[in-house]
Amino acid sequence: MGQDTFQITVNCIKLVLVFLMMVQAVPILVWLERRGSAFIQNRLGPNRVGPLGLMQLLADAVKFLTKEEFFPAGGVKFLYYAAPVAALVPATLAFAAIPMSAPVHIDPFEMFGKNWGPYTFFWQGFEINVGIVYILGVSSLGAYSILMAGWGSGNKYSLLGALRASAQIISYELALGLSIVGIILLYGTFNLGEMIAAQQGLLHFQFLGHTVESTWLPNWGIFYQPLAAVIFFAATFAESNRLPFDLAEGEAELVAGFHVEYGGFKMLLFFIGEYGHMMVAAGLMTTFFFGGWSIPGVSYESVYQWAQGAAATNSGASLLAGLIHFLVWTVKFAIFLWIFIQVRWTLPRFRYDQLMDLGWKTMLPWALGNTIITAIVLLIAHS
Amino acid sequence: MPLGGILFIAVFVILFGCLMLFLASKAGKRVYDPVKFEAYECGIPAQEKKDTKISVKFYLTAILFIIFDIEIIFMYPWATTFRDFIQSGQGLFVLTSMFIFLLVFIYGLFWEVKSKALEWD
Repeated sequence: MGQDTFQITVNCIKLVLVFLMMVQAVPILVWLERRGSAFIQNRLGPNRVGPLGLMQLLADAVKFLTKEEFFPAGGVKFLYYAAPVAALVPATLAFAAIPMSAPVHIDPFEMFGKNWGPYTFFWQGFEINVGIVYILGVSSLGAYSILMAGWGSGNKYSLLGALRASAQIISYELALGLSIVGIILLYGTFNLGEMIAAQQGLLHFQFLGHTVESTWLPNWGIFYQPLAAVIFFAATFAESNRLPFDLAEGEAELVAGFHVEYGGFKMLLFFIGEYGHMMVAAGLMTTFFFGGWSIPGVSYESVYQWAQGAAATNSGASLLAGLIHFLVWTVKFAIFLWIFIQVRWTLPRFRYDQLMDLGWKTMLPWALGNTIITAIVLLIAHS
Repeated sequence: MPLGGILFIAVFVILFGCLMLFLASKAGKRVYDPVKFEAYECGIPAQEKKDTKISVKFYLTAILFIIFDIEIIFMYPWATTFRDFIQSGQGLFVLTSMFIFLLVFIYGLFWEVKSKALEWD
């Protein structure tokens, strides 16, 4: 695929913006989590620094930056320092592949005395045809940074925490992967953009030659695959090591798990990684089950037509329509992030054997049953 | 472009992380104290070495994961093309062949539970 300078520049800027968006969302989420947990527990939370305690983020960043540099005796230097950096990579790579809005079409224009052809820019870091496989593959690399941290710290608690975390992540990846098979059967594609396109409009499907159509429900995946949605969402909690699955940290048993020996900015990088996994999970939930950037009841064409009235050129209209859909996507995305936070402060932690039983003996068989039933129903409905 | 983009953002993120670690290491003050560098074990002097005995269950879980994960990955291409097969009238054949494969999967899971490979204490 040939690309000219303009396209490469825009794509690089886009990638950096996606990454910065992820990093910038972390302090906001931390603030939200502290305030939200405070209100759930009937206290006030950070409210001294700045309006509503919003400047707390800045104070925290400065505090993290000025903490003392520390390397534990008996640690492995390379692993100890590489682990926090490695924690950033998988979440960023996965998040960059999630489509956030409708593609933007740019008409030919003239700049620097040259003609620049028509372009199509996707509202995501990079558009990949095998999106699901790529995201699954990349985000499971997160286990490596945890193991590196656990081994590199030279501490028993770290090692135990890291082992628990990696065993938990790989166990839940089975249920996660199987629940996705049902979704792939439904849409018949790996491409996230095509999935969102398939969820446009109102709920309608064919069953035994009859056409079933709803008058107001949107055509979202959740109505076809409710069980897969539940299993997928629960498994992503385990993947991102959040309560009720945060056995890796288990303060009462392991002090803090794999990051016992980390402090200051290294700790912050782990935080960004964890919240990044949360954002990937929320983005995937919106994409698979809640129509991605589509607005329920309003088609892309009508938004585009309205934007044509507001903007002077076709390119501007396309950009404006993309921006509106991006806002809608953000709302859906934020709702899932809030559910993550709410669950963390509502449910207690599992015991380790309960956790493993839930993953292997409950969620895996249910996901398997969901796959089989989906396949049979598809066969009956379409033949 | 995806490959170039992936490489670009991966290198960018790694450089960003390294820069942050470097800046943070320069910014803080340092006070030397030998006790501070000992492994943290709730204040008690470290008794065991870090490569302490680890339950073999973790190893077993990892092996089982690899087997099952590969089986699940085999289902992905089947799932993408299943609708096309239904359209061309071969749906029942493709579904049956998948079920034979799934029987192995289910038998494996059943055997695993029965042989107590998944029991944690």
